[in-house]
Amino acid sequence: MGSGTLSGSGVIHVLRSAGLRFALLFAALFLLAGLAFSAVLWWGTAGALDRQTAAAIRADATALMERWHDGGRPALIEAIETRLAADVEDQTLYLLLDRDGTRLAGNLETPPAGGAPDPAWSSATLERDGEPSEARLFRVDLPNGSQLFVGRDVAEKQRLRALLTDALALSAAAAAFFAGLGAWVLRRALSQRLAPATQTAAAIASGDLSPRVPLTGQGDEFDRLGETMNTMLDRIATLMEGVRGVSDAIAHDLRTPIARARAKLEEALSGSPGDAAALRSAIEQGIADLDGVTRVFQAVLRIAEVEAGARRAAFATFDLTPVLEDAVDLYAPSAEARQIAFETEIALGLMMRGDRDLLLQAVANLLDNAVKFTPEGGSIRLVARRGARAIWVDIADAGPGLSDADRIRAGTRFFRTDSARTTPGSGLGLSLVRAVAVLHRGELHLADARPGETPRGLRATLRLPA
Amino acid sequence: MRILLVEDDVDVARFVKKGLQEAGHTTEHAPNGRDGLFMAASEPFDLLVLDRMLPGGVDGVRLVETLRSQGNKTPVLFLTAMTAVDERVRGLKAGGDDYLTKPFAFAELLARCEALGRRPASDAPTTRLRVADLELDLLSRTVTRAGKKIDVQPREFRLLEHLMRHAGQVVTRTMLLEKVWDYHFDPQTNVIDVHVSRLRQKLDKGHDRPLIHTVRNAGYMIRAEP
Repeated sequence: MGSGTLSGSGVIHVLRSAGLRFALLFAALFLLAGLAFSAVLWWGTAGALDRQTAAAIRADATALMERWHDGGRPALIEAIETRLAADVEDQTLYLLLDRDGTRLAGNLETPPAGGAPDPAWSSATLERDGEPSEARLFRVDLPNGSQLFVGRDVAEKQRLRALLTDALALSAAAAAFFAGLGAWVLRRALSQRLAPATQTAAAIASGDLSPRVPLTGQGDEFDRLGETMNTMLDRIATLMEGVRGVSDAIAHDLRTPIARARAKLEEALSGSPGDAAALRSAIEQGIADLDGVTRVFQAVLRIAEVEAGARRAAFATFDLTPVLEDAVDLYAPSAEARQIAFETEIALGLMMRGDRDLLLQAVANLLDNAVKFTPEGGSIRLVARRGARAIWVDIADAGPGLSDADRIRAGTRFFRTDSARTTPGSGLGLSLVRAVAVLHRGELHLADARPGETPRGLRATLRLPA
Repeated sequence: MRILLVEDDVDVARFVKKGLQEAGHTTEHAPNGRDGLFMAASEPFDLLVLDRMLPGGVDGVRLVETLRSQGNKTPVLFLTAMTAVDERVRGLKAGGDDYLTKPFAFAELLARCEALGRRPASDAPTTRLRVADLELDLLSRTVTRAGKKIDVQPREFRLLEHLMRHAGQVVTRTMLLEKVWDYHFDPQTNVIDVHVSRLRQKLDKGHDRPLIHTVRNAGYMIRAEP
């Protein structure tokens, strides 16, 4: 992220940078604030001085006019002389002119050159004590045709104003410098904080899904962006794994039954054409094999769909109790047919958020296993209760259970214990249960139902956060 | 029944059409959604069998939505190769009446077609179902055979009710699972068979003539004649 590359494309690159736009915005705002500050300062200092002078002149003129009204021209002249005598700082300026322009009183020799926008006010450069000086004058036309000029020497104030102007110009330069510096720092900081995310995204775009956005630990907006990106990447990785799992499954477990069906059909084709019964039986077996393939295929896709987590969007709040009762209702006759005692203890009102259909299928799969593996005359026990933070569904059977090694592998796709090879099933039941549990942010836990005894039995526990 | 099949796959279409005709249904075939919509809108049919995905801009869902918006209430059975769970809901929401995933056994399709296509005998709600000497009272929720009361559990009652409402028709295991248990997955075991055989025992105990018959490779049927 070099900021100094100003070749043809570099300029465009820099201009397109959001960091630069932010920086420019920042600089503009900074300068605008400086401008406003200067304006207020100017209005409050130099402006106030001007206004003060004008007010003093006006007040003075009004007072003199009153004197004229009271005592006529002599009183006015006297008042002017008195004021000039009292003015030790030599700041006040007066000039009283007769109707024909003859000077009657005051310390000014000539009236100022007119032509100012406001004819009453004028500025003049005077020669005072051998030095040029700035003055501000106010003209009052007396009713008898005489003219009275009242003014103030503003040279001192002009010097003050010049000082102020210099100071403001200097600060403006400083402000522009800091605005530029701030903009540069801002742009650099932005691009530096965004660089990890950009680099991670680039690495992922080029095919490596493993990198994650490093976080600073400050918990700021950039960290939140990084976290969100990482969560997204984890999800993508899970999805990719799901796809890979499906292809593994297809390669692993679907080839065999397809090959079997194909062999049977081919055998039927090459067999003696007269044997209709054999032909029929071979075709029936072929169809049964294909149905098996379809079933495995659908189970694999279902697991992939559940693992992908998209169904979380359709989660709803529902009562798990009737769902469990339905599952029990579905399997009770099967258990009864094999003289298996089926005990249930289902708490009422197990409200939770999730997918009703998937949970029904998960519990059905567990019951299916339990009924399948429990020997005749054995017992199955289903207990569902609400814990502090989760709902626990516990299904214990009296079957052979799982050895410690098998228990770890149970729930991975297509895993079947050697003893289960002869029972019907695809080895996908527990995978789906596990996927459904994970979808609900819970887990499937497998343990011995009767530790230390033979048969040890299997206790499958679903923990579902409520 | 007069059935319109809208299916773009030539082999599947030929197989389904042949099977439906052998079962005694007049079957027309449209190879795409546009033709299907035209035929469905211009001729009366008892049932539409629609592929969910069709070429030509009008897919199954669009077709049904268009028909329904025109007030056409012909029952619709969707065929689909999509397996996502929500697909079924989406199809039914669009106005479909039933849903079958490819690949399917023809017996399953036929059973569902016949269940959908049979119009109710009268609009008046039935309170009593009867097959031979078996009677089911929907109000008092009692089952009697030859005048003798038979004790059934609530789920068995619903199972029997469904079979009797479709008396003389094949009802498949998955149809029972869907309609009686509201369960939309293949449980991969014989749970339904166990339920049916238990119900059968209760009904036929002490009677010579069995009422619930197993139809090979298809499902069950309740009927008076053996």
